[in-house]
Amino acid sequence: MNPCEQPLHVLHQMRTTGEISTEEIAKSVLARIQQAEPKLHAYLAMTDEKTVLENARKADKKRTSGEVVHPLEGMPITLKDIFCTQGMETTCGSKMLKGFVPPYDATVVEKLKHQGLNLTGKTNMDEFAMGSSTENSAYGPTKNPWDTSRVPGGSSGGTAAAVAAGMALAGLGTDTGGSIRQPASFTSLVGLKPTYGRVSRYGMIAFASSLDQGGVLTRDAEDAALLLGAIAGHDPRDSTSADRPVPDYTQALQGDLKGVRLGLVKQFQGAGLDKEVEDHFQANLNELQGLGAEVVEVSLPALEYALAVYYILAPSEASSNLGRFDGIRYGLRSKHAEDLSQVYQKSREEGFGPEVKRRIMLGTFALSAGYYDAYYNKALNVRRMLSADFNRAFQQVSMIVCPTSPVPPFKLGERLSDPLQMYLVDSYTLPVNLAGLPGMSIPGGFTKGGLPLGLQFIAPAFQEEKLLQAAHGFQQVTDYHLRRPVM
Amino acid sequence: MSFEPTIGLEIHAQLATASKLFCSCPTTFACPPNANTCPVCMGLPGVLPVTNRQVVEFAIRLGLATHCSIRNVSQFARKNYFYPDLPKAYQISQYDRPICEHGWVDIEVEGKTKRVSITRIHIEEDAGKLVHEGEDPTASYVDLNRAGIPLLEIVSGPDMTTPEEAKAYMEKIHSLVTYLAVSHGDMEKGNLRADANVSIRPPGQKELGTRTETKNLNSFRFVRDAVTYEIERQADELREGRRIIQETRLWDAMTKTTFPMRSKEEAHDYRYFPDPDLPLVVADEAWVDRVRKEMPELPDEKKARYIAQFGLSAYDAGVLTQDRAVAEFYEAVLAAGADPKKAANRVTVDLAAKLNDTKHVMAEVKFTPAQLARLIALVDQGAISSKQSKEVFDAMYDSGEDPDLVVKSRGLSQMSNQAELEAIVAKIVADNPGQVEQFRAGKDKVFGFFVGQIMKATQGKANPALVNDLLKKKLG
Repeated sequence: MNPCEQPLHVLHQMRTTGEISTEEIAKSVLARIQQAEPKLHAYLAMTDEKTVLENARKADKKRTSGEVVHPLEGMPITLKDIFCTQGMETTCGSKMLKGFVPPYDATVVEKLKHQGLNLTGKTNMDEFAMGSSTENSAYGPTKNPWDTSRVPGGSSGGTAAAVAAGMALAGLGTDTGGSIRQPASFTSLVGLKPTYGRVSRYGMIAFASSLDQGGVLTRDAEDAALLLGAIAGHDPRDSTSADRPVPDYTQALQGDLKGVRLGLVKQFQGAGLDKEVEDHFQANLNELQGLGAEVVEVSLPALEYALAVYYILAPSEASSNLGRFDGIRYGLRSKHAEDLSQVYQKSREEGFGPEVKRRIMLGTFALSAGYYDAYYNKALNVRRMLSADFNRAFQQVSMIVCPTSPVPPFKLGERLSDPLQMYLVDSYTLPVNLAGLPGMSIPGGFTKGGLPLGLQFIAPAFQEEKLLQAAHGFQQVTDYHLRRPVM
Repeated sequence: MSFEPTIGLEIHAQLATASKLFCSCPTTFACPPNANTCPVCMGLPGVLPVTNRQVVEFAIRLGLATHCSIRNVSQFARKNYFYPDLPKAYQISQYDRPICEHGWVDIEVEGKTKRVSITRIHIEEDAGKLVHEGEDPTASYVDLNRAGIPLLEIVSGPDMTTPEEAKAYMEKIHSLVTYLAVSHGDMEKGNLRADANVSIRPPGQKELGTRTETKNLNSFRFVRDAVTYEIERQADELREGRRIIQETRLWDAMTKTTFPMRSKEEAHDYRYFPDPDLPLVVADEAWVDRVRKEMPELPDEKKARYIAQFGLSAYDAGVLTQDRAVAEFYEAVLAAGADPKKAANRVTVDLAAKLNDTKHVMAEVKFTPAQLARLIALVDQGAISSKQSKEVFDAMYDSGEDPDLVVKSRGLSQMSNQAELEAIVAKIVADNPGQVEQFRAGKDKVFGFFVGQIMKATQGKANPALVNDLLKKKLG
């Protein structure tokens, strides 16, 4: 296997024994970028090759001089373009932020820099993370490395495509309603969305503050454990981040699933679920049972309202969060404005894409005087009911298991004209954000046509270790995570 | 036809914290534009607020002082609107769960006490400001130094009925926030700004009239004058058969009139909702209790104590206690041994007049409380006359010089040495036997002649009381 296609922890092992140098790893990744980026358009901005190689050599020098090298040190990693990077353009996939160079680093970027981050570049995304296909990027869509006529999922589709194609060893994404897990599913990666508050949101451009959570896209569970360990933890600059210790997630990668009770959600079955996805999921359940897991049915009655609740709360928060893009201090300012109100109207008209505008309008409406109680407040109440449902279910089962996406990767343009069809793609992922729980998508197989399918585990809050253990167990008896798209 | 006014005030008090409400930028006044800013208060993409706990403590303090109930769990909300001085396009404020509610304060107008209810007190951040002078005369510039500075908004009930009450209420709030040290209360710097809600109704009518809100009144006088103007303006409107329009108005201090703000600026639906970036504000009983225990003596309590303990008049006690700095100065004068009434007189008359003339505040007074006590003692001891003491006081105020030095350098000391004066009295009496005869024959007026002679001989420095005593004795 080409080094750029190997899991990061495997490469780290190899460089520790001197089998490979970090520089060789970096060269392999850079060569792959040269080759695949024109076909996939995963990146919005790239670090120059010289810097990537220098960073790699720094790790090598450290190793040869006998110093301990952190597993992530010098390893080519990418960031979704939603994370602010000091001195490097951060657009959030929007024309609105074209040319915006943050004067500060997001907390997760700062943390990765402490571990010797070797940043390949910033990856494409749906504008302001609003979308499930990366087609809403103002800079053109990213293509799925498994089938370039199809979408890589979204909104973290650029990161997913880059990692799946070997254009980075791992990457960070964000997940508001499935934006890490669904692209992971579409590109046969591990995608872990941690518990709300586990990873600092400081410097992560906000879409829906109460739902957004940063997380990782990697090739297997062990890489996910490494990367999550590096970015998790309390941040005094984010008052919604949890002040609790970060376990060593790599310690969770052991044991099996013997006697573990997995919940099958009654309300997830049926409607909207693709037949092939359903069949594969059934096969996955058999594989899990083969590992000793028990599968029992659980009920989440409030689940049927989850999509509606999500599309009230997320746009409401977004309508407020995106107010700051007003053309006054940074980002795009319309050249056609003649007075202050035109600066606002025209800058926002020219700067935002149609999906972002749609959600700003939805949210503005839901928060309006006279509608607030009927929409926003009611949605908050149902959200609490859904959390309670999950809590009740977790008294019966250790984790919940379900497909990540009801459909396999779809064709570019296929769902673009019908927003509701696009929204339905997140049916299995967004309830997890509403409840603030950790969720993880792992490679679960392939359709007959060779398209990746994901398997999702959902755990109680702050029990990411359970997810990692389940993923690790599943990887012991399956080889889905070892397959790579042909580049 | 006369009308009955209804007045309520919303006062914004800028808090005296070292750093801003949601970031660690300093709150220093008069810095170069945007010197006190960071990604957070500039509202850059990705930033998050973190609550300054000192602000919550200040809110609790003011809430307790105004007899409010303190919510153990309050909440920040976003008030959404677009304006260039508002970098996030929303102001973080409190909406349906403010930290303090249902309180009251007593005010005194013309010797009568009136209770004004406090509907609520909530925490919010200030906006920046627009600057219209700069390199490009056609451009507006944004200065975000003020953006994120903590404010408390104090909302009164519609309980006041005269402009004087409105002024007294604002003075009361000023007195409280400065006593509690939650605000510097510097009016010139806009530390306290009031919005006045005014309506009028015919006597006997139950429902309130349509109100107007006059914004940004940053002095006690402006509050009184703007309310006076609004009452008269509204009365004129009604008398001429027009209706009052509910609107926001501004005060023009030059013309002493109010005028309507452009209606476009107030047509807002603020779309309040709980700020998802901030956890609930928890002020548990233990915290509230600690703040309660650490409360300083408040003006009303202090006033009552001055009346009871020192026998001061209600007026003097009121003047002494309105400003915490004045009260502290007064008590320090007492601590230096001065008589409470004499000290009160010096502070409420001499010092108050000087401060008023020079537009100084207490902190700028150059002499110490001990020096003022010394001045009072000099008069008590007869070292200087009461009249001379005024001159000494003026000199102390101007230069901060020690009273003993002033007396000495100006040769003001009073001749109170009994033996010395006795000799002079004896000489004058001996030199004027004719007048002695007249006095003894019953011509009392001649007494004044002797006093005059003695004063002349001592260049006016003789202690008049002592001279009287000695003369009476000598002349029998």
